[in-house]
Amino acid sequence: MWYHKPVINEELLQSLPNLKIVASSGVGIDHLDLSLLSSYGVKLSNTPFVVSTDTADLGMALMLASSRRLVEGYQMAVSPDTEYFPADWLGAELSGATLGIVGMGTIGYKVAERAKAFEMKILYHNRNQRNKEEESAVGAIYCKKIDDLLHQSDFVLLSVNLTAETHKLIGKRELELMKPTATLINISRGLVVDQDALVEALHNKVIKAAALDVTYPEPLPRDHPLLKLKNVIITPHIGSATKKTRRLMMENMTESIQAGLTGFPIPNEVL
Amino acid sequence: RPTIDRELLESLPNLKVIGNSGVGVDHLDLKMISNFGVKVTNTPHAVADPTADIGMALMLASARRLVEGCQIAVSPDTKYFAVDWLGVEVTRATLGIIGMGSIGYKVAQRARAFNMRILYHNRNRRRKEEEEAVGAHYCEKMEDLLQQSDFVMLVVNLTPETHKLIGKKELGLMKPTATLINISRGGVIDQDALVEALQNKVIRAAALDVTYPEPLPRDHPLLKLNNIIITPHIGTATVQAVRMMAEEAIANMLAVLNGQPIPSEV
Repeated sequence: MWYHKPVINEELLQSLPNLKIVASSGVGIDHLDLSLLSSYGVKLSNTPFVVSTDTADLGMALMLASSRRLVEGYQMAVSPDTEYFPADWLGAELSGATLGIVGMGTIGYKVAERAKAFEMKILYHNRNQRNKEEESAVGAIYCKKIDDLLHQSDFVLLSVNLTAETHKLIGKRELELMKPTATLINISRGLVVDQDALVEALHNKVIKAAALDVTYPEPLPRDHPLLKLKNVIITPHIGSATKKTRRLMMENMTESIQAGLTGFPIPNEVL
Repeated sequence: RPTIDRELLESLPNLKVIGNSGVGVDHLDLKMISNFGVKVTNTPHAVADPTADIGMALMLASARRLVEGCQIAVSPDTKYFAVDWLGVEVTRATLGIIGMGSIGYKVAQRARAFNMRILYHNRNRRRKEEEEAVGAHYCEKMEDLLQQSDFVMLVVNLTPETHKLIGKKELGLMKPTATLINISRGGVIDQDALVEALQNKVIRAAALDVTYPEPLPRDHPLLKLNNIIITPHIGTATVQAVRMMAEEAIANMLAVLNGQPIPSEV
């Protein structure tokens, strides 16, 4: 399946009695009912590792675009009304700024590797602390309490998976703990953020800006307030949208399906 | 601004130094200024990090089609996000840096963290330790760099030698899947040749922080292409950089006026 379609529900599973395996594209499985699939004896696979570098790259792209006001700048550069470029039009630097990574799995760690080269100070919050060598390699400091990370970060990047625990992880309280000069970047899932609270926070300048590759739903309704705010960049869930990675995803999915149909151990099986 | 011409210099007989903010001095007639006994200083240190950052920002934005993506995400006509809408990879791609001075080197440091394969072309080869630190391979001939790179980034200063360095021939040598990024000066590229190359898909795309002139005339063909990102010369447009440039320029000018060693004399 690609991009959450078709919807895997009771009706569909009943109509496909010979279904052996569902191969889902990407790493997220929040759109699937695992116990339902299991009860029908249907196996499940995803494509966890191939998406990591592209998603980390996009996280960096969003952070850079937001801090340097790239989209606004582009609009100014091409606007029919532009007569000159104002000298006092400024963005913010990444070098020396603090990045707080919420969710230090494969993707979060790759973001840290990249951010280190920009001389950013890196904090992270995770269910488990990474080992010392992993931390030193990227200069990342563990924040056991997410509040500590939120207080200190100039950029907060969400790279958790969506579970019952991470649903609306970032709400009104968390946004208020962030610096008023901070930017929120979301490359995880829309539902990790309380979107209404985010709209309010951006509107009232509780935080400076947001850059979202994911929302809930996708796309947002065309009259949604997030689309009207000046201090938001939204991209259409393109974290893994490159030619090479999509090809690798397809290859992974095909391998998983072949194994599932022939009774061999399934690569990237989700248990 | 102000434009430094003969008239201005004649009207300021006591002028000792022109403290330029930024590193580029291509807009100054150095010979004429020198004839008036006036020194020129620039601010190379303040500009390096933010300019390298903008180079990376443009490369990532272009590769991942970020501006187009934003337009789709907010367009009133968007009903769904197409699954087959794709960009190109940055991680593990080949970056060719033309001009490996302070800024070029900082770009290399950043690109290395993306596991990019880094080629560079420069008047002089860097030391082995410097090359190894960023995993950069020297291309004595620019043609070799152009033929192998997925991303070509221009980080030279503008001089008679680098004027129109990238023209029809150079664009023709690049891969049809390649992206040209310019964070140096508009004059380094033959703009008409670039328009043609982009229209005919000789190269995939371009991302320019600099053009000639700035801004471009509103009817310029570059503004109409959909495989180009242009930003309004914001390489040093950060709160921090502006302050550092002012501090660096003042330190330079005070050194001249006090007869002390000048940190960044041109």
